[in-house]
Amino acid sequence: MAEQLLLQMKGIHKRFPGVHALKGVDFELRAGEVHALLGENGAGKSTLIKVLGGIYHKDEGEIFVEGQLCDIDSVEKARAAGISIIHQELVLVPWLSIKENIFLGREPRTKLGFVDFDEMYTQTKKYLQDFGLDLDPNAAVASLNIAQRQMVEIVKAISFSSRIVVMDEPTSSLSDKETENLFENVRKLTARGIGVIYISHRMSELSQIADRVTVMRDGEYVATKVVKETTIDELIALMVGRSVTNYYTRDYCTSEDVVLKVEGLCSDKVHDVNFEARRGEILGFSGLVGAGRSETMQAIFGIEKVTGGKIILNGQELQGKSSSQILNAGLGLVPEDRAGEGMFGMMDLKFNLTLKVLDEFIKGIRVNHGREQEIAAKGFQDLSVRAPGLDVPIMSLSGGNQQKVIIASWLAAGPKVLILDEPTRGVDVGAKSEIYAIMNRLAQEGVTILMVSSDLPEILNMSDRVVVMCEGTVTKILDHTEATQEKIMQYAVIN
Amino acid sequence: MNEKMSFGQKTLGSAKQYIKRNGGILIGLIAICLVVSFRSDRFLTYENIMNVLRQIAQNVFLASGITMILIAGGIDLSVGAVVGIIGVIVGTMINAGMPIPLAIILCLLIGAVIGSINGLILSRTTLPPFIVTFAMMTILRGATYVFTGGTTVRIDDRSFIAVGTGYFLGVPNPVWYMLVVLVLVYIILNKTKLGRHIYAIGGNQKAAEFSGINVKNTRLFVYTFSGIMGALAGIVLAARSYCGAPTAGNGAEMDAIEAAVLGGCSMAGGYGFIGGTIIGALIIGVMNNGLNLMRIDSYWQMIAKGVIVLIAVYVDYIKNLKKNQKAAG
Repeated sequence: MAEQLLLQMKGIHKRFPGVHALKGVDFELRAGEVHALLGENGAGKSTLIKVLGGIYHKDEGEIFVEGQLCDIDSVEKARAAGISIIHQELVLVPWLSIKENIFLGREPRTKLGFVDFDEMYTQTKKYLQDFGLDLDPNAAVASLNIAQRQMVEIVKAISFSSRIVVMDEPTSSLSDKETENLFENVRKLTARGIGVIYISHRMSELSQIADRVTVMRDGEYVATKVVKETTIDELIALMVGRSVTNYYTRDYCTSEDVVLKVEGLCSDKVHDVNFEARRGEILGFSGLVGAGRSETMQAIFGIEKVTGGKIILNGQELQGKSSSQILNAGLGLVPEDRAGEGMFGMMDLKFNLTLKVLDEFIKGIRVNHGREQEIAAKGFQDLSVRAPGLDVPIMSLSGGNQQKVIIASWLAAGPKVLILDEPTRGVDVGAKSEIYAIMNRLAQEGVTILMVSSDLPEILNMSDRVVVMCEGTVTKILDHTEATQEKIMQYAVIN
Repeated sequence: MNEKMSFGQKTLGSAKQYIKRNGGILIGLIAICLVVSFRSDRFLTYENIMNVLRQIAQNVFLASGITMILIAGGIDLSVGAVVGIIGVIVGTMINAGMPIPLAIILCLLIGAVIGSINGLILSRTTLPPFIVTFAMMTILRGATYVFTGGTTVRIDDRSFIAVGTGYFLGVPNPVWYMLVVLVLVYIILNKTKLGRHIYAIGGNQKAAEFSGINVKNTRLFVYTFSGIMGALAGIVLAARSYCGAPTAGNGAEMDAIEAAVLGGCSMAGGYGFIGGTIIGALIIGVMNNGLNLMRIDSYWQMIAKGVIVLIAVYVDYIKNLKKNQKAAG
């Protein structure tokens, strides 16, 4: 590995009205290394990256790119300095083709001044081949899956001849296999001497991909470690500022009562899904992206149309019923896409916490505000949501606290079965551990939890049993005593 | 918690919240009133104030429906055309000797049917509301001209005309109707489950579905309600103007949207208050009245109104920008 320094950030300060977001942060990146940036939500990672990318202007500090002092004050300047940022939310234009996206804003011209599509095609083809991507440069980005779009973003970064590539949570919506592919391509980048700054909440990935890791906390630089010489526990302790014991909390379920029975469930996206869930059980659902896990849950909850089979909750058949009937029967669903499907971003916590139980305090045109306040306050306290009050918009909370509010809003309805789709995605370590404790407590109180997760350690540590799905159906149900990463993967790719 | 708040405290709390939400446009309204009252002695007379209120009543009917629709994340361009077609229908019915209460009920029903057609299309498909209600507007306007052959339906029935021109306790009838509508919409939006559902589907339709809310029927309701409000405006306008003119209500949907947006409704859905909409309608009404009293040329009036709307929306934009920055920081 070359020891040449690509990037040096020294004593970076950034202040917002009322917040000191970065307090003298140092960071460096060598050529050909993957340097992970770790920290809880709000630790200042994104702010630091935005300073680097020219979106924010630093208040104090110096940035050196390849040894040269560089005053990055605009996105253009960052790009000219060879810095490319691949954002968590991809920023490709869906209805344009791959080649048009890659050359957006700097299209090659013919002699007559028209766009030279042939040249764009040839160059794009070459870039794609470099990364072993068998994609048509003319294909619309909308027709690609998320993993492919991400690769297009990477190719775009390379086409700018960037030396520094920042990846913000690139694997959050990828399956394990796609993640492996991504890592291979990241290694291709580093082999060219490109430095990669890698942000992720998945600790287990670090040992696979990163060379060094820098930990931030509360806007401050904490430490930089060589990945091989550290442990996950040590990193977590650095991130939260204390050591987290019992990261996963789980007392396994002993009940034999079957609460939910799914028999031969079919919809447009899944076929012949069979499983049973017991009282107080956490049933994990594992599989690759596209295996039909979320779709199964949406079919159970009446959002996807059920075309065949039975869903029986405590002896009551639910297939063909509306979501509100299913909700009243005792089922709840915390969806994967928090902002898009789970919460009312502009509305305050009280609205979000009470929407599912309006019957309890609104009778005709009489609103019992005291009861409303009580329900909201109970959810708020039970799940120890950290927020200034019940009247702030849920949007202003961190991911982990948003998730707690959404879970609390379902608990208000007193569900017998609660479906959690990717419950800890985009949630920082401290809050993750709290959510695990909440799940364990609920299970002990007799709530059955169906947990869809792409995070294998989470599946292995929290589930009583693991339902493995592949291509729209269940391929295996493993008991927690026999479930291992290898076994799950084996059944996840079985067909 | 503080369940047993005394009534006084509660009212004070609501008043505080009201001012917090609508402070900007309230100041705007007061400023406009001050300017006009300095320039014209006639502005602050009882007669003129009642005149302004009577004039804004029609806009408030439409804006009440629009407020709900905007909160639910939609838009309705067809209400102005509903005013037109209902005017000629009610005129024809009255002239044919139909009893007044029956004619009014039938017309409100027709409004409900028109609104529910919008609502059915928009809740059962994913067609954009802008286009669907625009098409409805064109169809209704065309139907109005076909029905009348382009002529105005004159109305002579004294007791029908009194519906729009009469007084009760010294206050014009339309002002009473307006108060009833405002209270009704306030109750729906703030005191019922339906109201919460309206905010929920406009705030995040997907999340509303996942919360077990019947999105289709909620949407059907707001469009049906808007149709009824269009019919009410059509009836009152016909009675006030002694006729059903096929051009009546031309562009009225824009005034209604303007009132709702000035009053703080978000065009993106999920946010808005009927208490703001009434101030929005008052601003428009006072401006119309004041510019007339100050004898400003009607072409210049249009320019002045446009500029004031731009200023109001810009102030709101700055306010939101600051709020978002706070949230982000």
